[in-house]
Amino acid sequence: MRNINCKKIVGGKAEGLALLSNKPLNMLSMFDTKTGQIKDKDHDLFNQTLKNRILIFPNCIGSSVGAYIFYSLKINGFNPKAIICTNKCDIITASGCAISDIPLVDGTGLSFGSINSNTTVTVDADKEIVIIHTI
Amino acid sequence: MELTRKEERALQGEYGDGLMLAYKILVSIGNANNATKLIPIKWAHVSGVNFNTIGEAGVKFLSELDKETKVTVTTTLNPMGFDLKKDNNITEDFKINQLSIINSYLSLGIKPSFTCIPYEIFTLPKKGEIVSFAESNAAVFTNSILGIKTNKESSLSSLASAITGKTPYSDLLIDDLRKPATSIQLDTDLQTESDFGLLGYFAGKIAKDNCIGLEINSESLDIIKSKAISAGIGTSGMCGMFSTKNNSCEKISFGKTELKQVKDDLNTAEKGELIVFGSPQLGFEEINLLGHLTERKKFKKPCMIFCPRSLTECNNKMVSKLKNAGADINCDSCTCLTPLITKNKYDSIVTNSIKCAYYMKHANKIDVSLKDMKSIIKEYCE
Repeated sequence: MRNINCKKIVGGKAEGLALLSNKPLNMLSMFDTKTGQIKDKDHDLFNQTLKNRILIFPNCIGSSVGAYIFYSLKINGFNPKAIICTNKCDIITASGCAISDIPLVDGTGLSFGSINSNTTVTVDADKEIVIIHTI
Repeated sequence: MELTRKEERALQGEYGDGLMLAYKILVSIGNANNATKLIPIKWAHVSGVNFNTIGEAGVKFLSELDKETKVTVTTTLNPMGFDLKKDNNITEDFKINQLSIINSYLSLGIKPSFTCIPYEIFTLPKKGEIVSFAESNAAVFTNSILGIKTNKESSLSSLASAITGKTPYSDLLIDDLRKPATSIQLDTDLQTESDFGLLGYFAGKIAKDNCIGLEINSESLDIIKSKAISAGIGTSGMCGMFSTKNNSCEKISFGKTELKQVKDDLNTAEKGELIVFGSPQLGFEEINLLGHLTERKKFKKPCMIFCPRSLTECNNKMVSKLKNAGADINCDSCTCLTPLITKNKYDSIVTNSIKCAYYMKHANKIDVSLKDMKSIIKEYCE
């Protein structure tokens, strides 16, 4: 088990399997909100959903109304349990998580190299800690 | 971020669900942008009105806001999808969703201004005051030309600020951060409003910070040119301000080659089947200029003009002239993500606006012929 300090953006606590990407997400153009899948063929999360995962990715890009896509994913049950931004957290992710009650932390500069999709991660935004569970 | 005791209580929900949600949005954005506190604003301008921009999730979010929630500062609203007083040929589904969005905003106490150029329509707060402007061209114009301070806000952040009367104190609200690290050196003569728009588009694209410098004499910038630069910057990046006072900056050249490169990026057709003016919406000066240019002439192709309703009321004479020339005047709406111009109806348009060109190409998937206003009138009127 490894504890990493991070910065709280939206409060809350959640645990789940990691979903790791080193590419930004354009919420408005990449998602099929009916299925929750990422439809950009060039993205490493192509055809995957964020459902019940701990999303670890750099940040969002594109139009700021992309924030509503987080809300849409939440309504349709495709939302991640929590999000860790590995680059500077942007206002699309911040406001999108705020209106959708998704715990969000900024983990700028942190290394998640040892993590894969079988790794369980706990995000405790209120305590500003990320816990990586080793098998 | 430090919150006052009252703000903390609002965040915990003591003053209702609407205020709690609004504070939650602002605190999350403040945390992300390293704000130290929340600071009062004098005005908010909210975007995310056109159904094509916020979609079904936006409709649902707004309709579920606590009905007791009201804005606490003067708040104006961006354009919606169509002209409320015209029989627009759009789907019933779009109309129902659009009217739901409008009802949600109006029940919050927001003015139904439906304009993306509040700086041409309203008497805004004084220079140095802090506002929360979401529309990108308005944020850049307000910061750069009027000296009123705003960050480049989003639909949600401006709405949250309208409700709380506050915004996170960060970035362009801090005087030291309203200075550019890079500036654009003009190595070619810019002739038309479209050239100034292309300069803005180039500047916004290369800007890494919130403020970009332009090596240009500020006295040479009239409202039309200033507006074109602001809309260009707002379209291509995250930058929220340009400054013409640049000392020790890193310089980047904008010459003939760069002008051609950015133009080639947006100009994809020789000719347009439809003439489009107004992205941002046309203001008083532009309507006057267009009225004079089309005097005793007729448009040879259909022409759509987008402008604020209040402007058609105070400049009725010029608007009538434009109608006589064959122009279709549209209020309440704008070309940006409009449902009124679709690929089914038109393969190409001609416009003088960089913002219009960008959104027609990327969102509506329509080819664009980019020309300045005078050239368009010369070619498309007789």
